[in-house]
Amino acid sequence: MKPLLVRLAGLAASVIVVLWGAATLAFLAFRVIPGDPVSVMLGPQAQVSDAVKDGIRAELGLDRPALEQYLSYLGQLAQGNLGESYQLRMPVTEVIGRQLGSTLQLTALALVLAVVLALVLALFVRGRVGRGIVAGAELVVLSSPVFWIGLLLLSVFAFGLGWFPVSGTRNPATIVLPAVTLALPVAALLGQVLRDGIEAAERQPFATTVRARGAGQVRLTAHHTLRHGAAGALTLTAYLVGSLLGGAVLVETVFARPGLGRVTLAAITDRDLPVITGIILFSAMVFVVVNVVVELLHPVLDPRQRRASRIAVGELRR
Amino acid sequence: MSAARRVLLGAALLVLAIVAAMALFPGIIAPADPLQTDVRGALEAPSAAHWFGTDQSGRDVFSRVVHGTGRSVGIGMLATALALVAGLVIGALSGIAPRPVDAVAMRINDVLMAFPEFLVALVVVAILGPGAVNVAIAVTLAAVPVYVRLARVQTRTLVLAEHVEAARILGVSRSQAFTRHVVPGVLGTLSVLATIGIGSSILAIAGLSFLGLGPTEPVPEWGLMLSGGRNVLGTAWWIAVFPGIAITLTVVSATVVGRMLRARLEGRVA
Repeated sequence: MKPLLVRLAGLAASVIVVLWGAATLAFLAFRVIPGDPVSVMLGPQAQVSDAVKDGIRAELGLDRPALEQYLSYLGQLAQGNLGESYQLRMPVTEVIGRQLGSTLQLTALALVLAVVLALVLALFVRGRVGRGIVAGAELVVLSSPVFWIGLLLLSVFAFGLGWFPVSGTRNPATIVLPAVTLALPVAALLGQVLRDGIEAAERQPFATTVRARGAGQVRLTAHHTLRHGAAGALTLTAYLVGSLLGGAVLVETVFARPGLGRVTLAAITDRDLPVITGIILFSAMVFVVVNVVVELLHPVLDPRQRRASRIAVGELRR
Repeated sequence: MSAARRVLLGAALLVLAIVAAMALFPGIIAPADPLQTDVRGALEAPSAAHWFGTDQSGRDVFSRVVHGTGRSVGIGMLATALALVAGLVIGALSGIAPRPVDAVAMRINDVLMAFPEFLVALVVVAILGPGAVNVAIAVTLAAVPVYVRLARVQTRTLVLAEHVEAARILGVSRSQAFTRHVVPGVLGTLSVLATIGIGSSILAIAGLSFLGLGPTEPVPEWGLMLSGGRNVLGTAWWIAVFPGIAITLTVVSATVVGRMLRARLEGRVA
């Protein structure tokens, strides 16, 4: 029981360290770059006297010493307070919270589609020619800009054939094209890793042993080699979640969908620093949580890791 | 090398040669001025006069694709080259640094590498603010971690290599052995990786431009052109199709050539 608790404590500590690191980097970055946040906030057209600007600065606490600002910023973060958006005049947590659902729907659906597509391709496409064609398709998809794939799908299936609506969110069918767009590059990457892992496992001596015992191809794949492929793919999870988040910004723009991606883009264009900081911290948190889950899942999938960690713990005790 | 692979490599090299020609001599290849507007000839479908059609302002899309090459591909190559140099310096120094320094540097680098380049570049643009120069900086920074990792591994391998040891025995100083015999070897390996890296940099630049964070109208740039094509997709598909084909063909070709170079370097039969 104790090793598990120790591990969980270690994971919790690393979560806090990464979040603190991201918060500190964001704080430092915005102090290093040129430009007065108050002028940025008011916009270039604003005719505002310096006295008013100083008032706003005092209200936001920007006139205090940097260290004091940093400490109160960390204190607020610890309470889950991300500050207030310059442009929208509401709490950043609310800005993110309102749009989170839409992006979550899109990315979750895309992830499911990508995993299914990658599994189908890795498991059912066999033989040199078939795998060659799939590898070629993966290369082309990974070499195309995500938003361009979206534009092509939009032009063929929405404008050309009229099977799907062009944009909006009211109709459930509107999510299909964006989700497919977002899923394709993820599926291509996942498929590559999965296939490489399965093929490498098939070349190992244990695969021959399993076959010699009379197991068929299906049993070999389902019980043995798929595990190897999946273990490799699992290490990519954080990267894939990152590409879903980055892709969401592009896909939401192409399909004019509301969501975190649009909020991010608007915040970047308007220099809405609290919102940008909030989104950076939110992404860091997603990244850390995903990594912790992967860390906990790995031994379940790969028995070798289970033994290795037990040996390591045993050595530590001695 | 099989016949099919030879054909593929030949095609990829041909595409890259055409791209290089378009980047270096856009004025000779493009039939029209990329900024010349013609309101009466707006949104014309592809024809003999306008191979890729015309856009909303009647500008020739083919000429704009040709003139956009220098910016889209050139910045991608520049960003990759700068990232390679930065990665070489950081990685090689980390490779010979005391263990605690090396461990901390690599831990930070691993965290950065866990994110896709586009996301890192987007965060950097978010912090620096939009603009063509900031996009170039962002894409450069986003590409650095991969080179740091490889440079460090290569440095640690080469420092122990026989030819370096031989040089030391012959009386070559430690620093000279490092700069003359280790760094060039690391650079060779890194430049192979860079061939593949150019592709991802081009994609990241196109994505940021598409979002409107990079160069602004009327500059011809592939990502920006696609963003203009988004608004007239229902009536004029060609504006959103041809610049995308240009990006994909360039990136596929760079990746194919890079992978074959890598296979040769690793001693595998490509």
